[in-house]
Amino acid sequence: MHGRFMTKTRVIIAKPGLDGHDRGARVIARALRDAGMEVIYTGLRQTPEQIAAAALQEDADVVGLSILSGAHMHICPRLMDELRARGLDHVVVLVGGIIPDADVPKLKALGIREVFQPGTPMQEIVDFIRRAVEPRAETV
Amino acid sequence: MSDQAKDAGPMTRAEWEVRVRGRASERRETFRTASGREIAPLYTPDDIADVDLAREIGRPGEYPFTRGLYPQGYRTRLWTMRQFAGHGTPAETNARYRYLLETGATGLSVAFDLPTLMGRDPDDPASAGEVGRCGVSVASVDDMLELFEGIDLGRISVSMTINAPAAMVFALLVAAAERRGVQPAALTGTLQNDILKEFIAQKEYIFPPEPSMRLVRDVILFSLRESPRWYPISISGYHIREAGATARHELALTLADGIAYVERCLAAGADVEALGARLSFFFNAHSDFFEEIAKFRAARQLWARIMRERFGAQSDRACGLRFHAQTSGVSLTAQQPLNNVVRTTFQAMSAVLGGASSLHTNALDEALALPTTAAATLALRTQQILAYESGLAGPVDPFGGSWFVERLTRDLVDEALADIEVIDRAGGMVAAIEQGLPQRWIAESAYRTQLEVERGEREIVGVNVCRDDRDVPIETLEIDDEAVSRHVARCSDRRRRRDAGRVKRSLDRLRDVARTDDNVMPALVDCARNGVTIGEMCGALRDLWGEFHEPVSI
Repeated sequence: MHGRFMTKTRVIIAKPGLDGHDRGARVIARALRDAGMEVIYTGLRQTPEQIAAAALQEDADVVGLSILSGAHMHICPRLMDELRARGLDHVVVLVGGIIPDADVPKLKALGIREVFQPGTPMQEIVDFIRRAVEPRAETV
Repeated sequence: MSDQAKDAGPMTRAEWEVRVRGRASERRETFRTASGREIAPLYTPDDIADVDLAREIGRPGEYPFTRGLYPQGYRTRLWTMRQFAGHGTPAETNARYRYLLETGATGLSVAFDLPTLMGRDPDDPASAGEVGRCGVSVASVDDMLELFEGIDLGRISVSMTINAPAAMVFALLVAAAERRGVQPAALTGTLQNDILKEFIAQKEYIFPPEPSMRLVRDVILFSLRESPRWYPISISGYHIREAGATARHELALTLADGIAYVERCLAAGADVEALGARLSFFFNAHSDFFEEIAKFRAARQLWARIMRERFGAQSDRACGLRFHAQTSGVSLTAQQPLNNVVRTTFQAMSAVLGGASSLHTNALDEALALPTTAAATLALRTQQILAYESGLAGPVDPFGGSWFVERLTRDLVDEALADIEVIDRAGGMVAAIEQGLPQRWIAESAYRTQLEVERGEREIVGVNVCRDDRDVPIETLEIDDEAVSRHVARCSDRRRRRDAGRVKRSLDRLRDVARTDDNVMPALVDCARNGVTIGEMCGALRDLWGEFHEPVSI
């Protein structure tokens, strides 16, 4: 592979935890794909370990987690550990879902780049990923 | 009299439209319902010329029940005010139930947490971080006893939103009631027990479709025999709609699920009159006021015809569709959350005008968290104001005969019948799910809806119109993590103190029965009596039947 800027941005959309409400994850996956990104949807009930393994295997630029169940403070630290253990510190991790305002700074302190709360337009997420990933890709 | 008024009589609707619509441009090119149906500016008798009012609409209390199940509507009895609630431990949720009953709720509805919904015990490593968060954690007969401490299970009807492990939860309820001296025959309430909509929309499934359908069947047949006042299934469109379906698809898929369950039970020898009388339904009361009223009316008409024409049911009880309604969670906004009270109010009005038997009104903070006591109280008060002050509960089916609502009703009936035919041709609902058919319908409309919001074609106050940066945050419910930790420890502790021999014998019996085609319910009740947990019952069947994993696609 030569020059990452030639390739599409690769995004993993994952649904960790026991929750099955996947409307948001599916809608976002489709919006990112329509925006020209390569999207891999992991399906339901993936553990942090499985998600990190998928990020490594798929050479992901971005991992987007959809969490509506209130389990984010349990799941996110574990995912960040699993990513670090695989040397994937450069992967941009995003969280979308029902996240109370008070938890947003805590998630960002873990290294989560952005948290998208209910009502966020899909375009805002597309634009964020472009800004976060493309400058890096061009310098590689 | 103005010229306009003089002219109104002899003109046809089409002539009127040409004349009037040329006068001033309208705010939009087309006006559509929330489900995308184009709406004319005016409806007149011409619009329902094809509707046979006597045969299709008739009177309330008479087949096909388009106008309602009861001739006097809410004049004899109001709908049941049944608020869905559950958080943290059984004791915390019990306190909320007692509070709701003291505040005037007339039924209860249990919201279980995700581990319980997925058949996992609170001390299972897979449950970590999720116990008590989205609902109450209930693993054993002791938890069930605590949940209903001080509540008369023979008097208060209880609805339980549980699906993949519905049989196990029902077994725990039967065992708990028994310990209190309440026989199964006295139990009143509803078990959701609708696995098809889990595969279609909510995705809280455990076992593959075939054994899952067998569990549903076993619960229904057991309940018809042992607890004749209980509704063993609530065939649910609610979650299908929340996942993004249109009103049309919510209606069609729910009734198609109903057809699949009736076929299963009849094949196992159930009597169609007895079965039909114990089926219940659950619909979403979404934001499009008129279309929702029409949907509820269409549902009754269609189901009555399905029960009579397809399955040969004769009695009114067997043909009548009873339904619970819940206002739409997905319509609530995190922005300007107080506005959600208004949304919930008019959604609840459509459910009442559509003839719901019971109703849950969402709390204003549910786009953010589980409701606080104050928010849950306001949600219940909303129903009480509608019941006692608004006048809605006076006339029966007041929209009956409305040219617009009758047109919508008839269109929804025709469209849903066409969709049900598509499901039939796919080989029935289980086959359609395996082909991903309903999932595709839902994904399409969910994505379309989101695009419309982003383009501003679908307006949501506080989100894409009337935004307010001064939005003030509201207080939300915090889950007591320490209480949850104590509950988890107690579950492990109880497991150690049980009679191990009886636990083993109960689980062996469950496995033996599961291998045959006999009803598993007696074995599950035996497990529950002997302190076997939901996780253990589901674990034994997981070993036998495996788990279902949905094929991944976007």
